[in-house]
Amino acid sequence: MRFMVLVKANKDSEAGVLPDRKILTEMGKFNDELVKAGVMLAAEGLHASSKGARVRFDGQKRTVIDGPFTEAKELVAGYWLWQCKSKEEAIEWLKRAPFDQTEVEIRQVFEMDEFGQEFTPELRAQEERQRAEIAKKK
Amino acid sequence: MAVEATDTHRAIDAVWRIEAPRLIAGLARIVRDVGLAEDLAQDALVAALQQWPDQGIPNNPGAWLMAAAKHRAIDQIRRRTLLERKHEQLGYELDSAQAAPDLDAMLDDDVGDDLLRLIFTACHPVLSTDARVALTLRLLGGMTTDEIARAFLVSEPTIAQRIVRAKKTLADKHVPFEVPRGPELAARLSSVLDVIYLIFNEGYSPTAGTEWTRPTLCDEALRLGRVLAELAPEAPEVHGLIGLMEIQASRLRARIGPSGEPVRLLDQNRTTWDRVLIRRGLAAVARGERFGGVRGPFLLQAAIAACHARAATPEDTDWPRIVRLYDELAALSPSPVIALNRAVAVAMAQGAAAGLALVDALGAEPALKGYHYLPSVRGDLLQKLGRSDEARQEFERAARLTQNARERDLLAARARSCGQRNLL
Repeated sequence: MRFMVLVKANKDSEAGVLPDRKILTEMGKFNDELVKAGVMLAAEGLHASSKGARVRFDGQKRTVIDGPFTEAKELVAGYWLWQCKSKEEAIEWLKRAPFDQTEVEIRQVFEMDEFGQEFTPELRAQEERQRAEIAKKK
Repeated sequence: MAVEATDTHRAIDAVWRIEAPRLIAGLARIVRDVGLAEDLAQDALVAALQQWPDQGIPNNPGAWLMAAAKHRAIDQIRRRTLLERKHEQLGYELDSAQAAPDLDAMLDDDVGDDLLRLIFTACHPVLSTDARVALTLRLLGGMTTDEIARAFLVSEPTIAQRIVRAKKTLADKHVPFEVPRGPELAARLSSVLDVIYLIFNEGYSPTAGTEWTRPTLCDEALRLGRVLAELAPEAPEVHGLIGLMEIQASRLRARIGPSGEPVRLLDQNRTTWDRVLIRRGLAAVARGERFGGVRGPFLLQAAIAACHARAATPEDTDWPRIVRLYDELAALSPSPVIALNRAVAVAMAQGAAAGLALVDALGAEPALKGYHYLPSVRGDLLQKLGRSDEARQEFERAARLTQNARERDLLAARARSCGQRNLL
């Protein structure tokens, strides 16, 4: 299973202020642990919203709005992509991160085969047969 | 481990999955016995399941589990009769560890080495391949016996027995808990890589009896491979293995069609190829190639996979490069299967006639006798050359040889597509 972990912006990140060295070091160690555990798939930081833009869709109309955007708490400042066996494992990993005074969100990533490619009757029958075979061997 | 699936228990399961390998590895270094180490670790888990639901999960669960395991080790020493030397050694190690002010730091220093020792021990060639796989998934994947059984479609007692016997063999043969050195290292590392790739293939390639992929096993293998790459970054074949697995895994969604039929690489919908995994795979191949020197089999196979991964469409594939890579692979370990795959690449690079000449030369190979891929390839090339009757016969032969029902249907359909007898 894959999980996207969303880190929110704050006043400092929006102002382009880097976190202090201690936090950076601890975050570096935390990322190392994720890599060493084979959990880390990807990690990216996002520039402040002042460098960003939004496109508003209204029928055929397109409006471009330049950043910065207000409500720092609702902006994304960075994300991780993790491979974990369960949401609980992702939670346990996130608990080990050196954050303070913030909420970090975990969301499960859709796998392609969850997008409505139905479990066909053949596949279902196949799985039933295999379950029966395993049960017989017990 | 039969537990209610409450929130706390699920959280403890997750902690266990994260902490178990390091815990077992650290204990194994102290007690010098992988089986005993796992027993002690399991005892610690039992204690955690008893205490954490009330007390909450501790801030440093790894340290808590290690302390709990050591407590039980001390208890055991007091109750059991051990060899005098082992008793002293254990007592000394445990006493000195407990006297040390910063237990966690001390353990941390050795954790990487201990994990590596555990990997090499679990994959020791004195064990059968089945045993190595089960033990690796158990000790390093933190998988329960039941999970392993379901992944391999065998009964739980079968796996349980396999693991028990494996631990006994390791103890009986006095397999040392260590990372092999010198000339032994290359062969032993090769054994580890083979085990990991075997696990991956179980999940990736439908074998007779299973007809679709099992991503859980692929995920486990990827995780193990990545852990190993961090522990042994100076081994190019490790990066080769990761590269190969990441790139193959990138195609998991594309490999199986809606009715469970296998989809050939060149027919796959490349928009469903996972670009995150491709990026990681290409990076791993680059890391492996940075070492220079002669490329090993995993790195070469990964480089071939990378050629496909880089091609946005089948037409963009760098076939001549793939042919050269197969040349290198064949030089390393000549095999009829490699020769056949090379022939396919030659056909794409130089035309069907060139490929067919090579395939024809393989016709008498005993190793390829029952292999459906040979007539399947031959049929494909004959069809491209307009020799429809012969092509149809080859596809029919291939259909008879395959054990995969869906594949059989596909090949039969290809036979039919060769059209009526050519009256010209």
